[in-house]
Amino acid sequence: MNNLVAILRRELAGYFQTPVAYVFIMIFLLLSGTLSFYLGNFYEREQADLGAFFTFHPWLYLFLVPAISMRLWAEERKTGSIELLMTLPVTVSQAVLGKFLAAWIFTGIALFLTFPIWLTVNYLGDPDNGIILGAYLGSFLMAGGFMAIGACISATTRNQVVAFILSLVTCFLFLLSGFPLVLDFFQLWLPQPVVDAIASLSFLTHFSSINKGVIDLRDLSYFVILISVWLYANMIVVRARKAA
Amino acid sequence: MSGSVVVENLVKVYGDLHAVDDLSFEVGSGEVLGFLGPNGAGKSTTMKIITGFLPPTSGRVTVCGHPVETQPEAAKRCLGYLPEGAPAYSEMTPWQFLNFVADIRRPKDRRGRLDWVIGQLGLEPVLHRPVDTLSKGYRRRVGLAQSMLHDPRVLIMDEPTDGLDPNQKRQVRDFINEMAKDKTIIISTHILEEVEAICTRAIIVSAGKVLVDETPEELRRRSRYCNAVTVQAELTESVRAALGELEDVAVVEPERNQGLTLIPRPGCTLENAVRDVLLRHNLKEVPLHIQAGRLDDVFHTLTHNVHE
Repeated sequence: MNNLVAILRRELAGYFQTPVAYVFIMIFLLLSGTLSFYLGNFYEREQADLGAFFTFHPWLYLFLVPAISMRLWAEERKTGSIELLMTLPVTVSQAVLGKFLAAWIFTGIALFLTFPIWLTVNYLGDPDNGIILGAYLGSFLMAGGFMAIGACISATTRNQVVAFILSLVTCFLFLLSGFPLVLDFFQLWLPQPVVDAIASLSFLTHFSSINKGVIDLRDLSYFVILISVWLYANMIVVRARKAA
Repeated sequence: MSGSVVVENLVKVYGDLHAVDDLSFEVGSGEVLGFLGPNGAGKSTTMKIITGFLPPTSGRVTVCGHPVETQPEAAKRCLGYLPEGAPAYSEMTPWQFLNFVADIRRPKDRRGRLDWVIGQLGLEPVLHRPVDTLSKGYRRRVGLAQSMLHDPRVLIMDEPTDGLDPNQKRQVRDFINEMAKDKTIIISTHILEEVEAICTRAIIVSAGKVLVDETPEELRRRSRYCNAVTVQAELTESVRAALGELEDVAVVEPERNQGLTLIPRPGCTLENAVRDVLLRHNLKEVPLHIQAGRLDDVFHTLTHNVHE
């Protein structure tokens, strides 16, 4: 546990020692704000909720989360510091979890800093804050899903650009796996039950119901299981390829 | 009583390359083992396996009684490791970096140990500057500091003086010598003078196999220059001829500036015979230099054939 916390603290502090943290948070706040006001018609909808704000989160995460996750392992492998880390008395699972949690908490901080929009909507009207809280939770879980995918892919390469692009594509597939764009491709050569299973993996379907205020245990456990599976894969990849 | 580091029949195969090929050795407390070999001989791979970074294809490594494969954390706790190139987290300062390592290593007297390594390695001036702005020498010292923060019983260092200037090299060597008394130290190096300066034992590996395992003195005795006599003076033709005709001389090599070196037949000494010849030619004052043997020559002879 102590090891996990030490790794987590080191990683998290690392974001704030480089411009990464500030650039990420600025861009995230700027984009989430402008998207909900201009594309989401925040005012014109004349509804006291944050639907216009949360709708764009999957698309923001699609680009911004891989930008954070790409360096998690690729950089360690490139600089050789992975040799240092993995010869300290830490287990692979402590390292994988510590790094993932640091990155996830970091996106959580960025997400938390969007609170002015919550204040705005409360000032303008009388929204259901329970729904908003649920949507924040859903958004945070979804960011974790993206992050777990990105972390695992980052461990497969020592090149951050490759990690970024592969993560983006994989996240995109997960995001849209309930939509014809992805399903038509699988429909051609896979039996229907498998296609249905792929369709049920969609981030968007699970997130949109949370966003609407329906907190279904199935949607929550979907993200939890997704994160666990990708982190488990991450551990396998680190064990197998740390020196390659 | 077995050693602190025991390596048994270690094999590491990458594809069809045998990087480490049935390597076995033991190192005990108080020993400084120099691990020598040409590039690609398997030195770094062996060190990575001992430190638990790489799993071996087959064979066993035990550190302080803990098998590295089955008790990796216990083994890692009692060893310190300086990986090749001394990697560190570049955005951190040495102070943050050492504190991170201390968070995980949890040495007993944390503050005392931190002060000690920082003092010993002279890190105060750069303690709060990011590692990626430091010179190579300082980075190496940060790596060394990290490896001995927890006062480990076993220290493994992959080319600890690589890229340092002569003064820094000397500092690091003095430091290792000082630590050597109650520790087990394994260093890999290309620099043969380093072996003479700090190692109590040397293993030469090539193509993943142990070629020799002996003390630096024994190693030097293998050299054809062992007991060779160098005459440092300008010599007339007749003297040269007389020296060359000595029974026990195998080869005569001219020196670069003046004089010559006489290499004896194996097991022979030349000193007295050479003095006699010089006396006969009224060259009493000519200085003679008896060589102890050259490690680079031994290294070359041993590792050359394997690569041909």
